[in-house]
Amino acid sequence: MTLHQLTIAQATALLKNKEISSVELTRAVLDRIEAVDGKVDAYLTVDTNGALAQAKEADQRLADGTADTLTGIPLGIKDLMCTKGLRTTCASKILENFIPPYDATVITHLKKAGAVLVGKLNMDEFAMGSTNEHSGFKVTRNPWNLERIPGGSSGGSAAAVAADMCLGALGSDTGGSIRQPASHCGVVGIKPTYGRVSRFGLVAFASSLDQIGPLGKSVTDCALMLDAIAGHDPRDSTSVNEPVPVFADIPDGDLSDVVVGIPEEYTNAKGLDPQVDAAVKKAIATIESLGARTITVALPHTEHAVAAYYVIAPSEASSNLARYDGVKYGFRDKSQTDLMEMYRNTRSQGFGPEVQRRIILGTYALSAGYYDAYYGKASQIRTLIRNDFQKAFESCDAIVSPVAPTPAYPIGATLNDPLTMYLSDVFTLSANLAGIPGISVPCGFSDEGMPIGLQIMGRHFGEAMLFRIARGFEAAAGIQDNKPTLE
Amino acid sequence: MKISKDEVLHVARLARLDIAEGEIDRFAEQIGTILDYVDTLKQVDTTGVVATSHATALTNAFREDEEAPHLSQESSLANAPEKDDGAFVVPKVI
Repeated sequence: MTLHQLTIAQATALLKNKEISSVELTRAVLDRIEAVDGKVDAYLTVDTNGALAQAKEADQRLADGTADTLTGIPLGIKDLMCTKGLRTTCASKILENFIPPYDATVITHLKKAGAVLVGKLNMDEFAMGSTNEHSGFKVTRNPWNLERIPGGSSGGSAAAVAADMCLGALGSDTGGSIRQPASHCGVVGIKPTYGRVSRFGLVAFASSLDQIGPLGKSVTDCALMLDAIAGHDPRDSTSVNEPVPVFADIPDGDLSDVVVGIPEEYTNAKGLDPQVDAAVKKAIATIESLGARTITVALPHTEHAVAAYYVIAPSEASSNLARYDGVKYGFRDKSQTDLMEMYRNTRSQGFGPEVQRRIILGTYALSAGYYDAYYGKASQIRTLIRNDFQKAFESCDAIVSPVAPTPAYPIGATLNDPLTMYLSDVFTLSANLAGIPGISVPCGFSDEGMPIGLQIMGRHFGEAMLFRIARGFEAAAGIQDNKPTLE
Repeated sequence: MKISKDEVLHVARLARLDIAEGEIDRFAEQIGTILDYVDTLKQVDTTGVVATSHATALTNAFREDEEAPHLSQESSLANAPEKDDGAFVVPKVI
């Protein structure tokens, strides 16, 4: 096995035993990026010098015994978390040259832990999209088939992990943006409970739904990364002051005290690909073989989740993106001498079509006379969706479902059909509306060799249960060592 | 059509966007399709249902009103497209 293929858990052990150095490991990852990112296009910025300097510091910490779990581990960061002094673009022309003056709280945590930040990863512009085709700069490709989407919006993060161009990555999830690309690229990704991880320094898309989380090559790796970034932050007033367990302490194997719910609304969902259905059913049988009991649960408001989401998310986005006015930072159209014209030209040239579509949709939904009919109504339906989950969790510990209705589809398939792209979020966005955690773990492959993911959702602050079931499944299924062939 | 060209132009103006003439029809059609879909929400009876604002029902987050470290004037202005004498410069307002 070459160094870039290591999991975080494997690399940590080798670093601690002085069998490898962080500089060697980081160089291996940088060489891997050099070798394959011309095909995958996952990185927007590679910070070669910064990464090697951080690796040297990490080796010092490893030598003097002050190392942490992530010390010396090369990670990639979705390009919407602020990194002090390192360009942060949100894959948008409007922030093309933005150099943040401060670090996001998650970045502060990673730097304190001694992680090596290799670079910034591509995404759909401002995290709006499920394919990565809506990046303002380039389309990231799925390492399993370069003609297909990697998923989105954290498509760069998922593709980089799958192609061994980092050992793990951070993404963000507003409606499935960690779980869906993880599923499409055959890696593990978890959206923690809303408020579990600080959003300070995360560029806002839909503030009541956004949550940062890790993507990794294994369930344990995701737990190790979540351990480093979780916790209350006074600088994010929506972050929650709940005790944080050590997620990486995952009990092994036996699930005989666990009840898993299977929502009938999801198994009968329209547009569910038979191969995805079969892979998920097989995964459920594996979970049962570990001792878990399965029951059917009802989530009766599921059919309204997509509509509620596509009111709430664009509404909040239209408000959040009002700040890009060409005054304080970012792109400005300098051809205009009138303030209003400057605003309009700056924003029209700076934002791509999907972002403009959502701003208009959100502005319409929030405009005079429509607020109650759209945002108000959708926020009430959000309560009904939360109640559905609360009721279901009275009789089960976790809910399993597909992540995406189909495996990754060809690039271009939904480019001019936004509604079809939105409908593909049907299994993931309820977790954001309800604020509950959800993990995607690889559970099989389609006939065409594309990865399929299993989603496990849990109670508020119930991430430990998700790691436990996912880890048990991962070990029993034994498919995590499959790798895409890129050479 | 669910949303007219004039409405798209009006909303675009509110959002400080300048939609190109050739794009208006496409935007109106795409947004109309989405609004038709969103209208299915009207079928749900939500009488007496309290709207969700925070997903785990966190309420007020208070802190002491104390001075804390903050960005310097220099770093606050570092990304400004145009600045002068410690201030952001904008085109003439009136």
